[in-house]
Amino acid sequence: MSAHQTGSGTTGSGPILDVDHLDVTFSTDAGDVHAVKDLSLEVRPGEVLAIVGESGSGKTVTARSILGLLPETAQRSGAVVLSGSNVLSVAPEQLRQMRGSDVAMVFQEPSTALNPVFTVGWQIAEGLRAHHRRASRSELRTKAIAAMEQVGIPDAAHRFDYYPHQFSGGQKQRIVIAMALALGAKLIVADEPTTALDVTVQAEILDLLRDLRDTTGTAIVLITHNMGVVADLADRVAVMYRGDLIEVSPVDTLFSDPKEQYTRDLLAAVPKLGSTVAGSRKAAVVDERNRATAPAAGEERDPATASASTPTSVERDGDATASAREPVVVAKDLDIVYPGGIGRPDFHAVSAVSFDIRAGEVYGLVGESGSGKTTIGRAIAGLTRASGGSLSVLGHEMVGFKEGGFRPIRRRIGFVFQDPAASFNPHLTIGECIAEPFAIHRREMTARDRQSRVLELLDSVQLPAEYAGRYPHELSGGQRQRASLARGLALDPELLIADEPTSALDVSVQAKVLELFVELQNRFDFAALFISHDLAVVDMLSDRIGVLYHGRLLEEGTGEQVLGAPSNDYTKRLIASLPVPDPAEQKERRELARQLRVASGA
Amino acid sequence: MSASHPEKTGITEAPESAQETFAEAAPGTGVPAVVLDEKAKKSWFNRLPIVSHLRQSVGLQRGMLITGLVLCGLVLICAVFAPLIAPYGYNQLGTSEGNFGATLPPSAEHIWGTTVGGYDVFSRVIWGAQTAVAVIVVAVVASLFLGVALGLISGYLGGWLDRILVVIADAVYAFPTLLLALVMAIAISGGQSSAWGGIAAAALSITVVFIPQYFRVVRAETLRLKAEPFVESAIVLGASKTRIIGKHIFRNATRTLPLIFTLNSSEAILTLAGLGFLGFGIEPTSAAEWGYDLNKALPDVTSGVWWTSVYPGLAIVLTVLGFTLVGESMNDLNDPRLRVRRKAKTKAGAAGARDRKAEA
Amino acid sequence: MSAAISQPEAAEPTAAVKKAPGSGLGRYVLIRFLLIIPTIFILTTLVFFLMRITGDPITAALGGRLTREQLAERVAAAGYDRPILVQYFEYMGNLLRGDFGTTVSDGQPVTEVLLTYGAATVELVFYALIVAFIIGIPFGMIAAYKRDKTPDAVLRILAILGYATPVFFAGMILKLVFGVFWPILPVAGRGTTETEYIMSGVVDPTRFYIIDAIRIGNFEVLGDVLAHAVLPAVALGILTAGVFLRLVRTNLIGTLGQQYIDSGRSRGISEFRLVTKHAYRPALIPIITVMGMQIALMLAGAVLTETTFEWKGLGFKLAEYLTARDFVAVQGIVVFLAVIVAFTNFLVDVIAAFIDPRVRY
Repeated sequence: MSAHQTGSGTTGSGPILDVDHLDVTFSTDAGDVHAVKDLSLEVRPGEVLAIVGESGSGKTVTARSILGLLPETAQRSGAVVLSGSNVLSVAPEQLRQMRGSDVAMVFQEPSTALNPVFTVGWQIAEGLRAHHRRASRSELRTKAIAAMEQVGIPDAAHRFDYYPHQFSGGQKQRIVIAMALALGAKLIVADEPTTALDVTVQAEILDLLRDLRDTTGTAIVLITHNMGVVADLADRVAVMYRGDLIEVSPVDTLFSDPKEQYTRDLLAAVPKLGSTVAGSRKAAVVDERNRATAPAAGEERDPATASASTPTSVERDGDATASAREPVVVAKDLDIVYPGGIGRPDFHAVSAVSFDIRAGEVYGLVGESGSGKTTIGRAIAGLTRASGGSLSVLGHEMVGFKEGGFRPIRRRIGFVFQDPAASFNPHLTIGECIAEPFAIHRREMTARDRQSRVLELLDSVQLPAEYAGRYPHELSGGQRQRASLARGLALDPELLIADEPTSALDVSVQAKVLELFVELQNRFDFAALFISHDLAVVDMLSDRIGVLYHGRLLEEGTGEQVLGAPSNDYTKRLIASLPVPDPAEQKERRELARQLRVASGA
Repeated sequence: MSASHPEKTGITEAPESAQETFAEAAPGTGVPAVVLDEKAKKSWFNRLPIVSHLRQSVGLQRGMLITGLVLCGLVLICAVFAPLIAPYGYNQLGTSEGNFGATLPPSAEHIWGTTVGGYDVFSRVIWGAQTAVAVIVVAVVASLFLGVALGLISGYLGGWLDRILVVIADAVYAFPTLLLALVMAIAISGGQSSAWGGIAAAALSITVVFIPQYFRVVRAETLRLKAEPFVESAIVLGASKTRIIGKHIFRNATRTLPLIFTLNSSEAILTLAGLGFLGFGIEPTSAAEWGYDLNKALPDVTSGVWWTSVYPGLAIVLTVLGFTLVGESMNDLNDPRLRVRRKAKTKAGAAGARDRKAEA
Repeated sequence: MSAAISQPEAAEPTAAVKKAPGSGLGRYVLIRFLLIIPTIFILTTLVFFLMRITGDPITAALGGRLTREQLAERVAAAGYDRPILVQYFEYMGNLLRGDFGTTVSDGQPVTEVLLTYGAATVELVFYALIVAFIIGIPFGMIAAYKRDKTPDAVLRILAILGYATPVFFAGMILKLVFGVFWPILPVAGRGTTETEYIMSGVVDPTRFYIIDAIRIGNFEVLGDVLAHAVLPAVALGILTAGVFLRLVRTNLIGTLGQQYIDSGRSRGISEFRLVTKHAYRPALIPIITVMGMQIALMLAGAVLTETTFEWKGLGFKLAEYLTARDFVAVQGIVVFLAVIVAFTNFLVDVIAAFIDPRVRY
């Protein structure tokens, strides 16, 4: 089995996919949307072409065009030539035959890409049946089991008869890949195949896709927004922005020497481990140390600080004061249990977790799905009941608390939610939403005072004053998250809980919201619990980091302690699994991650 | 303030807003969700339920909605102007020249003939619209208020009250509508109907049947909204329960009510007619009611007297059809999966490949 | 091709579901069954008190016809002068023993009435269900398959017409067309006088005429019974078919928007198979649940259909007793029908759960 390195193609034939001047327009209520503009691309056999872009770039529309899966309301022109036929103009029956045998698709969300009421084996066989009408039942079964084995499903013959809900998320994605594989498609279109998965699982799926390409020579069109994934898997990269193809480069060139300004901006906005947000206390500390030691070494660890190396008005003694100041939140052997109901076991979301957050400190809580990180944040805000141990928030005990007693404390806590679209009442204007805290806690304020305070807050989150009169749906995601910060800070809280505040945002927007967060934190000096699944983001702005796994706090310390010298195996694997936007470095990390995985006894 | 950190990432402010209005409807579908911004620049008039639906609709859906609206309009006109439209009173048996006579076939004097009881069919059908509309208004409005209030409170507060109300609502919901209305009619009027009391009894019977429907819908919406971040953010702020229910949940939980309102209106008419057909309608001397007339026309059918049943029957069908068409169209338009969109007009050339609507 | 090219993820358990197979469904059935009890309790209580608001059944039935003393005597003899709660507990106790009381107008045990006429109603609902399934499901599939095209438009409008038409009006039109203008089918009763006579002679009858006719092997009677069933079944069936059509269409279209359908489509599975197999099975779960709720609608419809076609079932008797103002009988029939609805909903939910592997495993 030959290993492809550059994707130049061993067969030496022409491109397997040729997209020629593709143009797609959708009709929506707000008028026509030109989703893809005059796009031309080629994919050669055995090559991994990544199409990257932020939301609205047209990358998914492009992917779906390759399989002719666009809605009927879409108008398209140009050509998508696959194995000599134009997908856009072939007869329906021929298109049906091409799907599966010439090109197959892997979807973003494996749990919705599998039919919940049929066994996975039946579903794999169903694709085969569509292309081999006369195949016998046992033949189909054999082939389907072979495909399942190929993607690393253990005990495939037995699990042929399992239903999708009996598999974990990563295994479901493996099965989706097996479906594509079983048909022997020469091209797989993978639309954000790892976005819905945790990083440790993502690393495994990326490994699987790479192995498939190497062993079977399948070409892959990889749609993603994640530059780390690109660096990990792609041979060539196409960057899209608002329907336009910005540039196409080999992967090494793209990261080392991007041609276009947009690409450079995009790469600069990607959070990296060990980097900091300019202006943060942490940046100042790192900066200080860099100046004391060799500047070149610091440069290497955090390139992002380069632009802001002039020290700002941040207190130089950040670390020292933080540990000296009084704690705002103290958790001691905290347990949070969701009762299971009749005959169902209780669910232990959080077990025996102890940590504290001091005044003015940013505490980063990181973990994968199901780790209990959000539950802890909600318990501190009094949205979920803590069931055991002790959790003291601003001096108030939260285990067995009464709403009446806690209410006066609430004004001292701010909360920023993950989903910017859902965190505002759609029937109230942004101004009214931001003024809600005043309406509840500052009854004595006059309407004028409220108004001027709202405008002040809008200004501090860098939103224009006229936004006060707009409705939430008229704002973009990033703007809404700014407004959400403004609401969280309206009463000058001593503690701000931010639950994945940037994970629904594009990287360029995320970078700016994080920057704003740091600036506000410096200015108002509130303590913050910053919850995220993204190690790099947490590392960028937290004074201390806690790593959660299945409801237990595995490790705690400063960013350097936890990420630089992790002591726990899981933390090590988590860090190694995070793909970095640098193809050469990512290659090393990949090996490390693989070794750790083998070592952990998989 | 905004100038303090000029260019950190190099991406300027302008593209952010522009680019994000272009977010995808749901991740991975690739269908742009500019839809979200549809309400942005519309006046209050265009945001009214029916008006906004009419503006969104295309083709067949628009045809259905308009047909439904026209039919509903017709019924309303008949109800309001019944005294002007109907040539005779609903309980009029004759003129000064004598009685009309029973089961007369359609003629110039009686364009739709007369009934076995000697009433003018056309007049009774027109007057029947008045009864139908009165019952709809009383029944649906009353059940709307009670159902919504109970649903909001029960859904938000939860606990024992909620559990008990849910069990009762579910039990009543599973009860055949007509039978419950029947029992209610017996309870309210002892099965006898007099003047407007008959209409009130019928309306109240139907009210009781519909309360659980509104209750269930509003409660489910309330439960959903309770977990929404914007409600949680109000809880985190320490807002009182009345404030949360009144300010944040109420308007959001009642979005689908116009739809249930129309669908229930048609069910109310069918129930009223069913009651009338079983002899629980309103006596011919106190008001005209289509179901009652059909009951009296039942023996006529076998002897070939068709006009006494066909006209009131058609009146019921068209009224129900009108409300149902409006309700169904609204349902389709509210549900993005069922909604038909216009095709993009640009570059209609290369659409040789046919594929299915794969909407989010 | 190599086997297992990369390791399965270590962080995750091998099977996401840890509960023992089979236990899910069993527990579901049990809990769902226990839920019937409060439902029936609430319904019977509700009906009991509502029926008593305006007074006792004897006064209601015989009010104008007897003197005050005679009436008081009758009321006392039947025990209706005791406190309402005493009567309520007695009534509930009797219900548990299957005793629904005695009718006022003709002095029969209500239980006897239910048993005699219940079969006819069930038979009618059964025929109507067949009509509804035959029309509703395939045409609902066609409408979903051809969605937003002409066949869909026509079918939808027919469906809406189907349930916009009161079942008794549909029945009257059918009687008019097939009984008067083009008299090819019987329009009243469950059989001719001769059939009724033969049926009354059947030993140990099931009272389902179709079964009894087959048992006595009289095919002439069987034909007559079936001919009589056509119009009522169609009248009631069309109403339900409209509901089913809409239900199948809406749920299928909803399911067709799921990603797994796109996933199937991307592997070259034909559109027809996607609709009839891949989308139909998941759509079936909500379809069956909602179909179960239509049983209530069908029983109410049966009451009206029976009156229209003089089909001597519970609905027909109900209308008779209503006219006679015999509220003991009315109460008995209403409670009985409500219990049937509660049990049907339970059965349907269990069937839906059985189809859903997420509950089954």
